[in-house]
Amino acid sequence: MSGENVLSQSFEIIGGNFGRAGKASTTVKDILKELGIDPSIIRRTAIATYEAEMNVVMYAEKGEMTLRVTPEMVHLHLQDQGPGIPDIKLAMKEGYSTATPEMREMGFGAGMGLPNIKKNSDLFEISSEVGKGTRLEIVIYLNPKVKANP
Amino acid sequence: MKLREIQRLLQAEVVWGTEALLETNIECACSADLMSDVLAFGQPGQLLLTGLSNAQSVRTADILEAKAIVYVRGKWPDEEGLELAMVKGIPVLSTKRMMYEACGILYTHGLLGILVSDTIKKE
Ligand SMILES: Nc1ncnc2c1ncn2[C@@H]1O[C@H](COP(=O)(O)OP(=O)(O)OP(=O)(O)O)[C@@H](O)[C@H]1O
Ligand SMILES: [Mg+2]
Repeated sequence: MSGENVLSQSFEIIGGNFGRAGKASTTVKDILKELGIDPSIIRRTAIATYEAEMNVVMYAEKGEMTLRVTPEMVHLHLQDQGPGIPDIKLAMKEGYSTATPEMREMGFGAGMGLPNIKKNSDLFEISSEVGKGTRLEIVIYLNPKVKANP
Repeated sequence: MKLREIQRLLQAEVVWGTEALLETNIECACSADLMSDVLAFGQPGQLLLTGLSNAQSVRTADILEAKAIVYVRGKWPDEEGLELAMVKGIPVLSTKRMMYEACGILYTHGLLGILVSDTIKKE
């Protein structure tokens, strides 16, 4: 995973800023496109990034997303400063959401974000400390064959 | 179904879109007001019908590679959404029809939903 990095870039995500929300994900998508990555990989990455970014915007104060692209994989790391998630198992359930009515009015709160991130990732890790923040680690392999022998 | 035909059927206004973009062929459609639902169930190349008119609807369309957006209930994108649609080259229509009606009209004219055109038909 280390060594010959093709690219590494970090993005700042500001909590509560719905105007800017999604910009980091759009940029990630543009970067991957420029690198000539396979469209289905770009799509899965874009969906995962966007959902993760929106969660930081909705629930946390701020966060940082780091994209690393190696010859083998797209690797995303997100760390936010925020309330954290008390029950991760529950949060991972489709349909579970603590979104406010205001967030729903803005088009969020289906409770589909985290499960959909997992669905689109080859490796997905989430950990959280209540009162501190949440960390996500997402890996999407560029070549599906790599998955078999990690 | 050509986007131009969709515009005609829904008596929709073209909020943004070039002549060439109106010739885009749309193969399936999905309607939702919650963007994560679109991202969980949507397909690239689809038409997105939504009543959610903020910039996130355009961003979602871009993330998903949707081919076009139709706003229902006379909704209109906000400035940021419109700008993003132009940058990303996603045509945007607005119809006064309600969601159910708009979908029904397109469906009866042969534009299938994503599930029907994918999962269920394979049974
Ligand atoms: N970064 C985060 N910090 C704090 N809580 C979070 C974070 N991400 C998710 N959660 C909690 O987990 C729940 C489920 O998240 P998920 O993304 O699956 O759904 P949602 O954000 O509520 O709705 P959707 O993603 O469909 O718009 C959230 O409602 C929230 O309570
Ligand atoms: Mg979410």
